[in-house]
Amino acid sequence: METPLTQHISFNRPPYNLRDYERAGGYQALRKALTTMGPADITKTVQDSDLKGRGGAGFNTGMKWSFVPMTGDHAVKYLICNADEMEPGTFKDRMLMEGNPHQLIEGMIISAYAIQASISYIFLRWAYKKAGRLLRHAMDEAYAAGYLGKNILGTGYSLEMYLHTGVGRYICGEETALLNALEGKRATPRTKPPFPQVSGLFGKPTIVNNVETFCNIPHIINNGPEWFKSLGGSDAGTKIYGVSGRVRKPGLWELPMGVTMRELIEVHAGGMANGYRFKGALPGGASTDFLVKEHLDVKLDFKSVAAAGSRLGTGTMIILDDHTCPVGFVHNLEHFFAQESCGWCTPCREGLPWTEKILLSIEKGEGRTEDLQLLDMHTRFLGPGNTFCALAPGAMEPLQSALKYFREDFETHISQKKCPWR
Amino acid sequence: MALIYVDKKPYEVKPGKNLLETCLTLGFNLPYFCWHPAMGSVGACRQCAVKVFKDENDANGRLVMSCMEGIRDNMYVSVDDPVARDFRSQNVEWLMTNHPHDCAVCDEGGSCHLQDMTVMTGHAYRRFRFPKRTYRNQYLGPFINHEMNRCIQCYRCVRFYKDYAGGKDLDVFAAHDHVYFGREKDGILENEFSGNLAEICPTGVFTDKTLKEHYTRKWDMTMAPSICQHCSLGCNIIAGERYGELRQVTSRFNSEVNGYFICDRGRFGYEFVNDITRVRQPVIRGKIADTGDKENLFNILAAVLLGGKIIGIGSPRASLEANFALRQLVGKQHFYQGIPENEAHLTHTVLEVLNCGRVHTPSLKETEQADVVLILGEDPTNSAPRLALALRQAVRQKPLENAANINIPAWHDAALRELIQEEKGELFIAYPIETKLDEVASETFHVAPDDIARFGFAIADYLNNTAPVPNGMNNQTLEIAKHVADILEKAERPLIVSGTTLFNEDIVKAAYNIALALEMEHKKAGLCFVLPECNSAGLGMMQAPSLTRAMENEDADTAIILENDLYRRGAKADIDHFLSGFKNIIVLDHLHNETTGKATILIPAATFAEGEGTLVNNEGRAQRFFQVFMPKNQNIRESWRWLDEFRQFRNGIMPEDLHELDNLTEELIAVLPQFRGVETVAPPADFRINGQRIPREPHRFSGRTSMLANVAVSEPKPPEDTDSPFSFTMEGYRGMPPAPLIPFYWSPGWNSVQSINKYQIEVGGPLHGGDPGVRLFREGLVSKAGFQDNIPTAFKPHTGETVIISLPHIFGSDELSVYSPSVASRSARPYIMVGNVDAERLRVGEGDILHVQIGDQGYDLPVIRKEALPEGLAAMPYNLPSMLGTVWPAKGILTKTMS
Repeated sequence: METPLTQHISFNRPPYNLRDYERAGGYQALRKALTTMGPADITKTVQDSDLKGRGGAGFNTGMKWSFVPMTGDHAVKYLICNADEMEPGTFKDRMLMEGNPHQLIEGMIISAYAIQASISYIFLRWAYKKAGRLLRHAMDEAYAAGYLGKNILGTGYSLEMYLHTGVGRYICGEETALLNALEGKRATPRTKPPFPQVSGLFGKPTIVNNVETFCNIPHIINNGPEWFKSLGGSDAGTKIYGVSGRVRKPGLWELPMGVTMRELIEVHAGGMANGYRFKGALPGGASTDFLVKEHLDVKLDFKSVAAAGSRLGTGTMIILDDHTCPVGFVHNLEHFFAQESCGWCTPCREGLPWTEKILLSIEKGEGRTEDLQLLDMHTRFLGPGNTFCALAPGAMEPLQSALKYFREDFETHISQKKCPWR
Repeated sequence: MALIYVDKKPYEVKPGKNLLETCLTLGFNLPYFCWHPAMGSVGACRQCAVKVFKDENDANGRLVMSCMEGIRDNMYVSVDDPVARDFRSQNVEWLMTNHPHDCAVCDEGGSCHLQDMTVMTGHAYRRFRFPKRTYRNQYLGPFINHEMNRCIQCYRCVRFYKDYAGGKDLDVFAAHDHVYFGREKDGILENEFSGNLAEICPTGVFTDKTLKEHYTRKWDMTMAPSICQHCSLGCNIIAGERYGELRQVTSRFNSEVNGYFICDRGRFGYEFVNDITRVRQPVIRGKIADTGDKENLFNILAAVLLGGKIIGIGSPRASLEANFALRQLVGKQHFYQGIPENEAHLTHTVLEVLNCGRVHTPSLKETEQADVVLILGEDPTNSAPRLALALRQAVRQKPLENAANINIPAWHDAALRELIQEEKGELFIAYPIETKLDEVASETFHVAPDDIARFGFAIADYLNNTAPVPNGMNNQTLEIAKHVADILEKAERPLIVSGTTLFNEDIVKAAYNIALALEMEHKKAGLCFVLPECNSAGLGMMQAPSLTRAMENEDADTAIILENDLYRRGAKADIDHFLSGFKNIIVLDHLHNETTGKATILIPAATFAEGEGTLVNNEGRAQRFFQVFMPKNQNIRESWRWLDEFRQFRNGIMPEDLHELDNLTEELIAVLPQFRGVETVAPPADFRINGQRIPREPHRFSGRTSMLANVAVSEPKPPEDTDSPFSFTMEGYRGMPPAPLIPFYWSPGWNSVQSINKYQIEVGGPLHGGDPGVRLFREGLVSKAGFQDNIPTAFKPHTGETVIISLPHIFGSDELSVYSPSVASRSARPYIMVGNVDAERLRVGEGDILHVQIGDQGYDLPVIRKEALPEGLAAMPYNLPSMLGTVWPAKGILTKTMS
């Protein structure tokens, strides 16, 4: 089984420096792309590979790039790596950045060349101090080796790369809020259209992709789209899957796209920890719907998870066990989402705190029967399109599925006027 | 046109608009908060949700925010869809979770958009059972009150203040359900348009602090359409009164003039009407006349009016009617403009230029559309503030041209700002010192007034080589002039802004030459002149000699001075001398001042709030203001009424047979045909709709029958208005009056100022029946006036003598508005501004006291050092109330005081 993304990652040693990375074949894809391929060829190759965005939305990456204007006068275009990994339960990008920073940088340079961007940014979560240090070092090496800066590899193509650390706001992971933050403005999302590909950072054409997405690019360029497709099972490529919660071996694994939930939990994560039973799981981070026992054989790819009523999201799963109160679990999540609302649109700003307060009150045994209707109302009205961005709809996913699968638990809280888990 | 279906009914609508404004224009009651017709859409509040369907067979549709949805042909929309209605009601419930239940004691109650929208959506029952969020309020200065707990986070305030008006000290702080709109810390809101926050805010967060001092509900105010008296732009306002006190001034929409906004001087400068120093009784030789007997008063006047030679001194702050009535009383040959010769000449030149028909003077709305702007010798932020706000929009025009290429519609404010970022179109400013607009200017040029003129002449010459060329220009200046000329030449809608602020006629001529040169290149150039006062244009159009001429003619026995403090117009000694030559001095004015102190007969004159009149603004637009209330003190009457009565009385007509305003207007256009059009500015006094007058009071006006019950239980007869179609009560026509006669905005379900939507042909566009005001300047060629010659020589410092120019200040330089305590507290303090070279020579630093001797008038003033000021040029604030009058520009001697 090939694991291109993690093949050079080992946490028993420091990550590869430039020399080791090059020795392992690093920057060959960059050389190939810049010297033998045109920007359009690269975009086409990536599009053909069917690589889908690994940040959670699952949109075809090459297709996204193809909306960037390649003709006319566009003196400045930007390429941005979204490394503001703040989805609760998600830590895959951290592993990729700390494990092999050059892989990301190489992927970004190729991608920037594909859209003919002249400036690139890595928007890094503030808490990722170690990743920041390593990336900065790797960028210095790449500049010194002529992979960044003016006239890269003598091709005439130039690219500047900057590392930008955020201040710890979940909303900055939303690509347009990230753009505002990068411009030094409040991190509120923007409407689409216009899409960032047309009017993005500082009003210029811009591509924002996730860390894992960029890390795939060198391998696709080296091995071709067909190879990439063949890596996966039910969808193209490999995926970094993660499991957290009360399993024997929480962690991250690079697996073919489309591994089943059962295999991930029982084989790779070693099954549930002793004395704990599986009650449900958020398959792709905090903002995805619960899947329960009946879904254990669902394949973890974008389509199959969606068909089961949830989202693959970031592919990093949070397990709910039978010792944990689902109401308290969801309250904790809604507390996070309410706090991370940017405050721009009404339903999210006012609705999320309301759900949080209701959940806390239920958890404390002060719930009322009409509270469940209010929670249902919120899951209905905080849906996609009703709010300005995807934060509130994402926040409603664990709540609506918890109300669906664990409704009895909510009702018990209210009727017994206490939390049965306490 | 596009065809759309709203709730299955077809409508022909204008493409290029968003669905919200389209629905509002069609008359649907669709609630909204964050969208504003002048500021576009951002999609924040989510209140205007409607359903849009793929086609006529789509039964599900999807919820969209109508403000973010462009009009498409064959669009199927439902406003009435149950899901959309539920969502809108739910959205208000969310907003109300933290909103105080203080409507009964809230300043906004009764004119609150949030109240209206809450009722509209039907949200009535509170399900949120947790404590409300609270905030600390801030002190924001004398104009605006802050009550953050009421905030519904629509972001309109910061969008107006920062994005639209260029303010820097109001922002949004914090996040999630604790966002805060205010300043970084307590302090005075700096921006000149902060008062608009009271109208922009959909609820009671930002309210008019001066109104709070004498609070009255909107429904209890007696209101009338009016015109701002505090600069030459003639912004349309609504003034409201209760119990004989003027309570509030708000903006009155006029799409051609001020649109939705007015400046803080205009909004808060009204309190002179309520000032305790008002002239309340006729005073004859120091004695209060028996005013109960008008005939007796007139008999005393008769002795004065029938004997000897009388001259009349008019005023640029008095109405056309008042000036005309004075002119008719004293006779054409004895009527003078109450302004010094240089100002009169300057205004005359401006009017000549604008009347010649070769150049176009734009409305304020047109100035907003300009793509390249050149300001020659003006500081609009201080001399004509609303124009500065317009120019801030103009600099966005050029960068926005790209937006259409990537399909960003004109209403999509958020996307447009993201696209153009800080990019600005070309704005060039030539002024002796930095101005506030410099921050949005592409290039600024700080030189002496004569050199500004020379710079302008050079630009005109580059545009058309038959224009006269200044000699001895340095290459650097010529290069800038050429650059400006090149850009003006390429512009689609170039605009030249100039005016009388620096009292330099050559600047006006240079501005004209540039505009003319552009016209000759077949560019539709705009030429906009700022004038000193609210009726400078109207007074100038009467073509009377100046005050200086009157002062040269010393053989009159009686002077009648109309609403004019002559001590602001010239040196004290000169005015003293002038006035000492009269046996009788009749002064008509609102407030006691130095001139009224010299009056042998002092007549109380109504302010704009107590009478009707017409003003002509800087673009030659005649506009009518209407009496807001009948003063209880019947001695306070319009100057034109007094003067016209004097005249008629002198001609043997008894007081009871006197003429009305409309007769005076008829006479005006008969005698002075240049004012033709004034008679159509507003419908005549006998105008009725269905036989009814238009009520000045909303129909919920309370307490009329009980107001005077402590005096007498029978309700007194309301005063009758013989001059206008308005009634002084709530009785009358309930529907929509003609545009010049809108006393307040109200529509069923729309109690706040947002009801303005209902008065417009299309939302944000002109009023039904056309925006009020009639332009008196003729379009089309009138004279063949060519390029103006007379280029001044370059400014050179004179040894021993300093040229002192005056700088206008939005707060302080206008005579009447400083009577408002709020405006007075923001007023500029006296200063002498000198450049670095002069400061070094005089060995003075910032704050040191310099003695300034202008003629025989001396001032001791603190120094402001300004690097930009050239050697030999100094500046003083224009006409601060605490300073003696001077004719500007002055020549003075500066010496350091030894203290």
